[in-house]
Amino acid sequence: MNISRRRFFGVAGAMISSAAVGNAKNACAGRQPKAPPNPYGCVVDLTACVGCRTCEQACNRVNHLPPPEERLDDRTVLDHKRRPSTSAFTVINRYYSGRLDAQNQLVPTYVKVQCMHCQDPACASACITGALHKKENGAVNYDKSRCVGCRYCLVACPFQIPAYEYFDPLTPRVRKCTFCYDRIRQDEKPGCAAACPMEAITFGHRQTLLEVTHRKIAANPVRYLNKVYGEFEVGGTSWMYISREPFEKLGFLTLPHYPMPHLTETIQHGIFAYMWAPITLFAILAGVMWKINPQQMNHAPGFQAQEDPI
Amino acid sequence: MSSHDHPKPAPLEIKFWTPGVLVLFAVMLIGFCFIIARYLGGLAVVTNLDNQHPWGLWIGIDVATGVALAAGGFTTAAIAHVFGRHQYEAVTRPALLTATLGYTFVAIGLAIDVGRSWALPKPLLFWQGNSVLFEVAMCVVVYTHVLYIEFVPIVVERFRGRVNLPGPFSLVNDRIERLLTLADGILDKTMWVFIIAGVVLSCMHQSGLGSLMLIAPTKLHPLWYTPILPLLFLTSAIAAGYPMVVFETTVATASFKRADEMEVLAPLTGVTKYLLGIYITLKIGDMIFRETYVYLFDGSIEGRSFIVEMLAMIIPWFMLMSKRLRAKRHTLFVACTTIVLGIALNRCNVFLIGFNPPYAVNSYFPSISEMAITACLLCSITFFYRLAVTYLPVLSAPSLASLEKES
Ligand code: SF4
Ligand code: SF4
Ligand code: SF4
Repeated sequence: MNISRRRFFGVAGAMISSAAVGNAKNACAGRQPKAPPNPYGCVVDLTACVGCRTCEQACNRVNHLPPPEERLDDRTVLDHKRRPSTSAFTVINRYYSGRLDAQNQLVPTYVKVQCMHCQDPACASACITGALHKKENGAVNYDKSRCVGCRYCLVACPFQIPAYEYFDPLTPRVRKCTFCYDRIRQDEKPGCAAACPMEAITFGHRQTLLEVTHRKIAANPVRYLNKVYGEFEVGGTSWMYISREPFEKLGFLTLPHYPMPHLTETIQHGIFAYMWAPITLFAILAGVMWKINPQQMNHAPGFQAQEDPI
Repeated sequence: MSSHDHPKPAPLEIKFWTPGVLVLFAVMLIGFCFIIARYLGGLAVVTNLDNQHPWGLWIGIDVATGVALAAGGFTTAAIAHVFGRHQYEAVTRPALLTATLGYTFVAIGLAIDVGRSWALPKPLLFWQGNSVLFEVAMCVVVYTHVLYIEFVPIVVERFRGRVNLPGPFSLVNDRIERLLTLADGILDKTMWVFIIAGVVLSCMHQSGLGSLMLIAPTKLHPLWYTPILPLLFLTSAIAAGYPMVVFETTVATASFKRADEMEVLAPLTGVTKYLLGIYITLKIGDMIFRETYVYLFDGSIEGRSFIVEMLAMIIPWFMLMSKRLRAKRHTLFVACTTIVLGIALNRCNVFLIGFNPPYAVNSYFPSISEMAITACLLCSITFFYRLAVTYLPVLSAPSLASLEKES
């Protein structure tokens, strides 16, 4: 990563101005990952979830979402995989990892899907106006009054979470789990976590959660894989998962451990630190023009100026 | 400078409405109906976009390709005005016109594509310096204005001393006249700032467009995901500039029955052979360095699309190498058109074909109505191009009829 980045700046810098390469390297020596110091988080224990979809109901209620297409107590919806949508910020999917129980039946694993509230979110870095923003308490918050509807956040999100109101002609919104921003601001549990009858969703400060969870895994090595999904993925996420089945078999993506905005922000801030690149290029071109084509600086180009030198 | 005896640009003064123009107009009207549908029913009724494929044909063609192919504007300005190669002055005005129209319709295309068209100016209020899209948007906004400023002298040249509004408007004739003179006076001395600013802004957002997809390393196919993608976008846009000028000039001179301008176009593409060479070298070098050639022949649609894209650059590059082929109007046109299509395919590869979102249920293919709106925008550009060259001094090629008379 580091090497290829250097290489890139070597090339780009040399092309724009060989004199300024050193400058470029200093300006982009490294983008520090961003994250609020003490955010909230949730850990979903996939070994505890029974797929009752109570969290979906709770989410629908606390967020005042429209009545769902599929009844919230209908378990046949689990027969196909769903994604969070404009009317459901969280969904439960059922996976079979291949493990059999004592009666030779496949053991299901239920996976709750919602926005991961990344520590260093791609959606927020991409957003053209800052309508998406990572709050101190960990929530990645959406402000519709800033949104222009470019949908770059949908392009950027590595978990493919945001949903868009394509049917609204003039005021469509980006829709995704809010981490129950208004509730956690008052240190209350999010709706889904509060409603879960199995207590599969643990809410707390992310750092504390991680410590507790690692102790729990160490105490139950048969029940849990030694991995917390979301601890390192894309630089860490506020929502995390523990499981007995390998995460790849449960629809989880294998993602890099660096924050997604790393490369784009390094390039942007490398080129635009103090606007050095545009200014240098302007100066070089002006120098060239002054040297080769000085009459240009006195007269607009065109056939008139050539005809009648004023 | 006085040595070149190329005629001055002049309005064509031709009949505007021809059967061809009527066809253009019909396509524009059809597309316009779909645009109305979009504003009545939302993006969902006219597009095949979904949550996994938020960007479609409009971003790939109208915006990304549109911006790349408008590069003729700043590349000709650079060679003729900055580097003082005055033999190319003849193509700067048509290239400037194409760029101005191109960017105008990029803006219109974007306004249709974003969900909240009315909120499009919001980035001017809420600055978000981390966002690549913010940088691209700002550069495009400023550059479009620069293009219009660069265009002012053409309008002044046409109307100065000739402002003659009828009836009640005649009261302001004098004022407009003075305004034109003032604009001319100011711009005559300051135009060089705008010309250079135009080149700088272009370099910034052409490369910025390439950075856009770098935020999605897990979604863009490795054949295209490279940290030098911004550099590839910049070099390819620069390389596409002159071929696009050849393409549009040849189409224009052929349809308006003017001289073919080969004495300008052939040497211009002599420069392209180096620019394109740089791009091809970077592209192949990048592929070898990152060892992505393993995907070339894996039978995937991405692999094939990449091969086609590369061939559309390499074959015309060899054609341009030959002075003989470059001097012939037909082969030059074929080579340049291939490059133009190759660039379009490259942009579509990056934004559409190479974009593999996780959890996608459907694969994206543009709907008929999306294509109709894209066609509408392309025809509008052609329509307004014709309108402009008919009434403004843009084209300078002598008409074939006048040439015959001379000989
Ligand atoms: S999961 Fe996606 S939408 Fe949620 S914070 Fe992360 S990048 Fe943003
Ligand atoms: S759609 Fe809205 S929230 Fe998403 S990136 Fe664009 S402006 Fe930001
Ligand atoms: S945190 Fe709130 S918005 Fe997010 S899934 Fe739970 S209930 Fe829904």
